[in-house]
Amino acid sequence: MVRKLPAKDVVIVGLGWTGSIMAYELADAGLDVMAIERGPWRNTATDHPPGYAADELRYRIRHELFLRPEQTTFTFRNKMSQTALPIRTWGAFMPPNGVGGGGVHWNAETWRFLPTDFVLRTHLTQRYGAGFLPDDMTIQDWGVTYDDLEPHYDRFEYLCGTSGQAGNVKGQIVEGGNPFEGPRSRHYPNPPQDQPFGATLFAKAARDLGYKPFPQPSGNMSRAYQNPLGVRLGPCTFCGFCEWFGCGNYSKATPQTTILPVLLRKPNFAARDNSEVTRINLDASGKRATGVTFVDTGGNEWEQPADLVILSAYTIFNVQLLLLSGIGKPYDPVGNSGVIGRNFTHQTISDVVSFFDPAKFAFNPFIASGSIGMCIDEFNGDNFDHGPHGFVGGGYMGQVQTNGRPIETAPVPPGTPRWGAQWKKAVKENYQSALKPGTGVHGSMYSYRDVYVDLDPTYKDRFGRPLARMTIDFHDNELKQNAFLTDKFAEIFQAMGARQIVKEYRKGPYDVTKYQTTHLCGGAIMGTDPGTSALNRYLQSWDVPNLFVTGASAFPQNPGYNPTGTVAALAYWAADAIRNRYLKNPGQLINA
Amino acid sequence: MRKGPTIAVVLIALGASTGPGASADLQDFAAVERGRYLANAADCGSCHTIPGSEHPFSGGRPIETPFGVLAAPNITPDRETGIGSWTNNEFDAAVRRGISRNGARLYPAMPFPYYTRMSREDVADIRAYLNTIAPVHNAVQVNRLPFPFNLRAAMIVWDRLYFTPGEFHDDVSKSKEWNRGAYLAQGPAHCGACHTPKTVLGGDKPSEALRGYMLQGWTAPDITSGQGPLRNWSVDDIAEYLKAGHNKNAAAAGLMGEVVDLSTSKMTDQDTRAIATYLKGVTGMAPGSSATADKADKDVTAAGGAIFQDLCSACHQQDGKGVANMFPNLSEAATTSTQDPATVLRVILQGAQSVATDREPTGPAMPAFGWQLDDAQLAAVASYVRGRFGKNAPAVSADQVRKARAALTARTD
Amino acid sequence: MPWTPFPTSAPDFERPGPWQFFTTDEATAVEAIVDRIIPPDPDTPGGKDAGCAVFIDRQLKGPYGSAAGLYRLGPYTKGTKEQGPQSANTPAELYRKGLAGLDRYCKANNGGKGFTQLSAEQQDGVLKKIEAGEVKFDEVDAQGFFDALLKDVPEGFFSDPIHGGNKNMVGWSMIGFPGIRYDYRDWIHRHNERYPHPPVSIAGRADWTPHKS
Repeated sequence: MVRKLPAKDVVIVGLGWTGSIMAYELADAGLDVMAIERGPWRNTATDHPPGYAADELRYRIRHELFLRPEQTTFTFRNKMSQTALPIRTWGAFMPPNGVGGGGVHWNAETWRFLPTDFVLRTHLTQRYGAGFLPDDMTIQDWGVTYDDLEPHYDRFEYLCGTSGQAGNVKGQIVEGGNPFEGPRSRHYPNPPQDQPFGATLFAKAARDLGYKPFPQPSGNMSRAYQNPLGVRLGPCTFCGFCEWFGCGNYSKATPQTTILPVLLRKPNFAARDNSEVTRINLDASGKRATGVTFVDTGGNEWEQPADLVILSAYTIFNVQLLLLSGIGKPYDPVGNSGVIGRNFTHQTISDVVSFFDPAKFAFNPFIASGSIGMCIDEFNGDNFDHGPHGFVGGGYMGQVQTNGRPIETAPVPPGTPRWGAQWKKAVKENYQSALKPGTGVHGSMYSYRDVYVDLDPTYKDRFGRPLARMTIDFHDNELKQNAFLTDKFAEIFQAMGARQIVKEYRKGPYDVTKYQTTHLCGGAIMGTDPGTSALNRYLQSWDVPNLFVTGASAFPQNPGYNPTGTVAALAYWAADAIRNRYLKNPGQLINA
Repeated sequence: MRKGPTIAVVLIALGASTGPGASADLQDFAAVERGRYLANAADCGSCHTIPGSEHPFSGGRPIETPFGVLAAPNITPDRETGIGSWTNNEFDAAVRRGISRNGARLYPAMPFPYYTRMSREDVADIRAYLNTIAPVHNAVQVNRLPFPFNLRAAMIVWDRLYFTPGEFHDDVSKSKEWNRGAYLAQGPAHCGACHTPKTVLGGDKPSEALRGYMLQGWTAPDITSGQGPLRNWSVDDIAEYLKAGHNKNAAAAGLMGEVVDLSTSKMTDQDTRAIATYLKGVTGMAPGSSATADKADKDVTAAGGAIFQDLCSACHQQDGKGVANMFPNLSEAATTSTQDPATVLRVILQGAQSVATDREPTGPAMPAFGWQLDDAQLAAVASYVRGRFGKNAPAVSADQVRKARAALTARTD
Repeated sequence: MPWTPFPTSAPDFERPGPWQFFTTDEATAVEAIVDRIIPPDPDTPGGKDAGCAVFIDRQLKGPYGSAAGLYRLGPYTKGTKEQGPQSANTPAELYRKGLAGLDRYCKANNGGKGFTQLSAEQQDGVLKKIEAGEVKFDEVDAQGFFDALLKDVPEGFFSDPIHGGNKNMVGWSMIGFPGIRYDYRDWIHRHNERYPHPPVSIAGRADWTPHKS
């Protein structure tokens, strides 16, 4: 029996970064907000204090803070001709779970996308001609521009206390920053974090090669900080347990350390943890959401009616919930029609591991933070002429020292056996003198007609609902891009004096066991045409106007940066549209 | 929202204009407003509301006293189980003289020895406010004391010994601000109820006012200022602490966190500053002069230093200075310096949640280390912190830790 | 923020003691295997003395062994390598069957001698054949079993000692990893200077305990 709860103005599905931002903004506008989170509550001192936060086995290897595939997972195949099989244990990406979402265990690499990223198809077509793009590439403009989002990027960076060096303030190029970035209205709220030895060497070599290295923008505090909401963060202590882990000393920007303390004080906000939303309910017309249905840990089913539904779960679960709720036309790759599930993307990551003379180099790899490091952006987006290379896209690359955790990061030179005395000796010799960047080459993945999400015909979740099915493989464009970038990256390590270099190119087929990033994107994309996008430029559903869908599922393709800055900026952008426009006249904000 | 599978309770702000007072004229509305402010300043809700309850002032919260447990009565306007049928005179007698409606003496867990400093009008205003809140039918069995303390007649003697009735009168030699602070501290805010040492019968020792006491498993530190552990705190520091729960030195947690949450954070900046001004004028003992501090031996200090380096410095910093308004400065937080280590041990053993306020909403928490450190290790780090930062606070023995651990395990709060 | 006294998720410490998952024979074999995967040398103990077998024993007895939290609904179909593990066997079952398979294989090919009765060189030879895919076990994929060992043994060598391996932090000491130390602000600027301080476990280090107490 479904029990009906008292109606709310707003129900939010998922209390991660965007759920928290939306909840705060809409509660601040006076609305009565209920957030429903599938996972548990998480708190610094009781869930990951310094006394045991640094447990590599528990958090990194056994995935303590992540969704359990038993609770729900999805299926995967490379090609439409294959049978998809369930992902039984996580590998290529790590779906988050619990209050704070991925914001609890991210590295806090806080980027903005390039202005051209938002008008990608238009820009590339203008510069290289329509024939330059592969036929099956389905990249699109976003419907929103960098200038639209700039104030919202700024808000998020000041919320988080992002540590960084601006490269372009109001059109003025600033020495030491990223000269390729879009103009920002002001400097970062905090100076860059201190850099370890490896990053400093990398920056010097990059400069010698003519590049303009800059510190990675970091959501880990370079000093104590109080954000505009009054919430405070402490200084990062370089513990080296950032991504995959919860921060023990309040020095990483997370929903818990920036926004939830004030959100929880609002009397018109409430949240339920350990409750999984199973569908978005529609009225008889199918054009209006009436709320959501969820199940608590006792197996009890509840209906939460609401005037406005914000879907802010993880990418693939946003798409799955839309498909299960019958919202929007499912994408059909054969007929190239429909919208829900299309333009699904991930990332094209590769790395270069370099081995230096142990007698001369000691990098102390464990003195690390999620985003300390020096990067270059010469090979990102369309910052370089792609004409001669025959591919589009790119990525930033950098010596980002995220950890020296020995299970994960104990590189041995090529040719070393996988076990035995020689392996042991090589681990010992190279631990201090090898560099294995935590990020490496952070390449884009553009969208294709045969890369998409739909519902699996065979495998079900614990409620008997079909799992989402992802069909994804690397295309030649991305593999070419990656080979080019990886070679460029390796040249810098060569210039640093490495005596042996291993280029770990990203190669096809796409492998669901090999970790890249958790940046699954697309599937419920934003755009200007309801025929090719699920959402309008305000993240509002074309089909159900009282539904907004946040998160990277809105990205038409994935540029060469970490997505969180843009995900959050879009959430602020959409919240502004709801507050300033939608609430005054609830309905479709764009006449398509 | 609590940890675990929970359903959050939406707190509904209590409108002062609902209930019987709604029809009152403007003059009464002002009285209700004043009463609400004073009820907060007097921290009525701390005892008369069960934490997290949706029914403020409906009583039932157990109050630990040195003699046993009492439960705070229902003071909503319910006529049968609350105070709805009381006259204003009866209410005034209870609040300011400790005499119940039936003539019985109240136990001094009700801080009438402080509330007596309030004026009759103050108390009438509190009553006016209480009349406007939602009546709740909740009969509370107040007296749970063991014999002989359950004999209220004994309170007659107690009152003679320790109760000096009478309103606060300004000291014309002092500033207006000092007088306001003295009124608040000695009256509604009843600071001494926790911070003044008590006799064996639980009465204040007036000569040692505000020099620290021990209750409900916490050390209420010496809050005298001239020479006490707070000697380096400025008036602004104290005022900020009361208002925000945090300042550059310390963070309020435990009982004081509750006081800040329910009471002092709701005071005006002028009033918290007034209290600070008053406290700054209360002189006490020189630090460490009350006893020759036992210093930890070299081995213990070395072990404590190692633990401090590995577990504490990530927040409190290597030099113990912490982060302003977040992590306490161990040299200036009074709890580090108290003779009795109860609070330090409690905080290390089970952690502590600092208070979140509108002024400082962060509310960072100290993690628990009792699961990680054995008695000797915990004694070592506590001794190290007290020895290095604590202004001559004595060392702690493993045996003290063992006892504190056992006592805390038995506690439910 | 919501908070309750005492930690809600503090870890359990694995203690030395009887085997919890392995039989005595299995344990002896695993101790021999972990000492081949990480052999002792004059500076650093091998897998056995570092507690890797104890670590695996405790892991297999716990949630890892039973594949707790993983997606366990069928149908189980063999897919491509890229589709990830699709075996219905839990890690506990993999070890039980894999160790039995190893025992049978060794005895059949060495005149009735089990793995533990072989010389170190012979043991290495067997493991290399398994690694190369030249050995078949009846019930489980021999190579998959060896892959699990190559994952689990270094985890035992390098994870926090509270999990039963990395005894006395020997794995961390070998490479200079400082463990759970949480504050390196005093060293971030000291470029190319090897961090000198000894490692710390969640269970602490010897220096935490006063010598005379």
